[in-house]
Amino acid sequence: MTPKSELELAEMIAGASGRLSVRGGGTRGIVGVGDALSVAGLSGITLYEPGSLTMVAQAGTLVTDIEKALAKENQRLAFEPMDHRSLLGTKGKPTIGGVFAGNFSGPRRIAVGAARDFLLGVRFVDGRGEVIKNGGRVMKNVTGYDLVKLMAGSFGTLGVMSEVSLKVLPKPETEATLVLNGLSDVDAVQAMSKAMGSPFEVTGAAHDPVNGQTMLRVEGFEASVTYRIDALRALLCANVTMAEVLQEQHSATKWRDLRDVTVFHGAEGDVWRVSCKPSEGPGLAAKAMAEAHYYDWAGGLIWLRMAPDSDLRSRLGNFDGHATVVRASAATRVRLGVFQPETAGVARITKGLRARFDPKGRFNAGLMDVTS
Amino acid sequence: MEMPIPNADVIARKARVVSRLQDVLPPDAVIHDERETRAYECDALTAYRCPPMVAVLPSSTDEVSKVLRICFEEGVPVVPRGSGTSLAGGALPTADCVILGVARMNDVLDTDYDNRIIQVQTGRTNLSVTGAVEENGFFYAPDPSSQLACAIAGNIAMNSGGAHCLKYGVTTNNLMGVTMVMMDGEVVEVGGGHLDAGGLDLLGLICGSEGQLGVVTEATLRILPKPEGARPVLMGFDDNEVAGACVSDIIKAGVLPVAIEFMDRPCIEATEAFAKAGYPMCEALLIVEVEGSDAEIDHQLSLIMDIARRHNPVELRESKSAEESAKIWLGRKSAFGAMGQINDYMCLDGTIPVSSLPMVLRRIAEMSEQFGLKVGNVFHAGDGNMHPLILFDANKPGDLELCEEFGAEILKLCVEVGGCLTGEHGVGIEKRDLMHVQYAQADLEAQMIVKDVFDPAWLLNPAKVFPLDSSEARREMAVAAE
Repeated sequence: MTPKSELELAEMIAGASGRLSVRGGGTRGIVGVGDALSVAGLSGITLYEPGSLTMVAQAGTLVTDIEKALAKENQRLAFEPMDHRSLLGTKGKPTIGGVFAGNFSGPRRIAVGAARDFLLGVRFVDGRGEVIKNGGRVMKNVTGYDLVKLMAGSFGTLGVMSEVSLKVLPKPETEATLVLNGLSDVDAVQAMSKAMGSPFEVTGAAHDPVNGQTMLRVEGFEASVTYRIDALRALLCANVTMAEVLQEQHSATKWRDLRDVTVFHGAEGDVWRVSCKPSEGPGLAAKAMAEAHYYDWAGGLIWLRMAPDSDLRSRLGNFDGHATVVRASAATRVRLGVFQPETAGVARITKGLRARFDPKGRFNAGLMDVTS
Repeated sequence: MEMPIPNADVIARKARVVSRLQDVLPPDAVIHDERETRAYECDALTAYRCPPMVAVLPSSTDEVSKVLRICFEEGVPVVPRGSGTSLAGGALPTADCVILGVARMNDVLDTDYDNRIIQVQTGRTNLSVTGAVEENGFFYAPDPSSQLACAIAGNIAMNSGGAHCLKYGVTTNNLMGVTMVMMDGEVVEVGGGHLDAGGLDLLGLICGSEGQLGVVTEATLRILPKPEGARPVLMGFDDNEVAGACVSDIIKAGVLPVAIEFMDRPCIEATEAFAKAGYPMCEALLIVEVEGSDAEIDHQLSLIMDIARRHNPVELRESKSAEESAKIWLGRKSAFGAMGQINDYMCLDGTIPVSSLPMVLRRIAEMSEQFGLKVGNVFHAGDGNMHPLILFDANKPGDLELCEEFGAEILKLCVEVGGCLTGEHGVGIEKRDLMHVQYAQADLEAQMIVKDVFDPAWLLNPAKVFPLDSSEARREMAVAAE
């Protein structure tokens, strides 16, 4: 099913007799049980005010179309959504609805916030076929409950988004990346923590143990970028023998690769992501016994490539954070569950919300309902 | 403002409720004498008052849990209260309720500079969170005007903002985790020291829910390194529209100031008479602040001033020192006090798309004529969060009602141009009955089913946020279920 309007979408959901697998461009490897229901037919930017830093688009609008429109005004999606296609080998084109449904945020998340922090308003259709709006198109809004946040990252389990309003930001004049070489995981996380705790506005902090590179990105006006790179070098490089700076395009390419997990493309094995306290990253990575791993978000996000069907969660035990399966066989996804099991109290709330927003259990059955 | 009729059955059981609360709390933490409960009769929306049946001041999550369990079993409504600085009546009691104040819970539980987080009990005041970390060069970003007094609990309940959210976001963007007690006494942990939810974003849902889903007793907050420096530039224009266009051009140029504050002529005049900050007499005044090293500030301010010059400002004053910066901010910071000197005022906080600023200001001026009440406008222009201050005389019969009617018209206008009723103060009782203007019944229903999940008996702060007629069936059912 590919409705062409919100009304059609609502009618289809109201009239559906079975389960629905909700999707945007189908590039994220998220598959629920049931007939495919795609929002790809709901497309187009309906409002864009660069001077207000806001845009309204239908949920099926292609991310590339949004980025093209923003680029013309020298603006961008600051939360840097990942493109999953190469990692997962999926076809199709990512939609803006899909970005927000999965709350997909890239390296800049540590500096500017997640996708959910840029979502200002939603229109969606609930499990009864009712059209609901929440939030709006202004940056500050505390009028009633924030269902916008609830919809962000709900992976289509509560409703099907038809329209999103988002906050956009100016694109900085330039960027550069300071690369420190040869740090251990623990030292790298300490260095990244020191950088993030400095006033030099780092917008990316990653460490790759394979090549031993610790990367710190700075963006802004050219003179300011130069100044802050120098300041970071002075702050961090007393004990580091080798430091180099990647300018503009080289820096941009590096961060696109980190965002899209390029290093695991084509390599065998399951791929997991772990969100944790940055300082606990190296300890967790050691417990994981992964075939390869690297850190983003100053250590707070670990990307891991594991031997197929490894139960990462049982190796990590209880920790402050969560582990999510990004790439694995269907059997592994079912056996281990894609999402981290929730504690009993939280699971009860989740279940209650789902039962009320989607009383007939239509949407993406099998996703996000693992309880411990 | 209409409030539901207090439940006489509950009031009749006061002695038993008090005695049960005394069983689980120290004697001085249960306030039930009518002379003392009066201290909790209102928050900063002082036009509305009602002493609660009982007020309790627990000291720990465990005590909060016991209190809520008792109230749950007894069917007593609970109104959570931070510091009582809500301008929307978020902490206004009812005669049959228990006020649950978190003021005694103000400890810092953990400061973690490596992970840039602080964990506090939520009775702690906003400013004292920054106070706990500033020696180490950090701060907590959301900075509501009441930050000296307001509690983190209330900040979370209302998703509070401040002057600097253009760059740093509001509470929800700086909240990492909570310990929350559900109405039945169950303690739930949501989020923590890591980023983003592993499942549904319950943290985002809890923040801004006005104390209707649970009582948040502990919070993990993101702290940020202090910038090297900050400096403002002041600019005056002889036309609101031109000032609005200037704001838009600054944002479009790719400079992202930490604050863009706007004041109109009535506000400038009142402020000048009161604080003597040396502001130019003009139609519109902007204060634009940027952060960074000295050289970065110079660079950004020069770009901003180039843009301003293209709009023919009547005044353009760049701060060169801390003293000059303080002087530029002095007037803005005393604006509310200055307006209060003239008369009583009602402060609104609707948000509008920045692009409709000139039109909205023009319409407000027209309405001011119609209603015969003066309005000053001072607000966060970068994010469109307006603060029209309507002047009225509380001693003049009918003036408050007229002022409320005028306020409602302004808020309807905000919604009409694509904005919302409240940007950072919350709905409370103040804007409760205007919710129909912004939301259709289905939209409100989608919010109320969330409360059904968290608080099926509708005991937590029940008469707030939703228009009374919308929530009536649920509240009645809760009473009947006792």
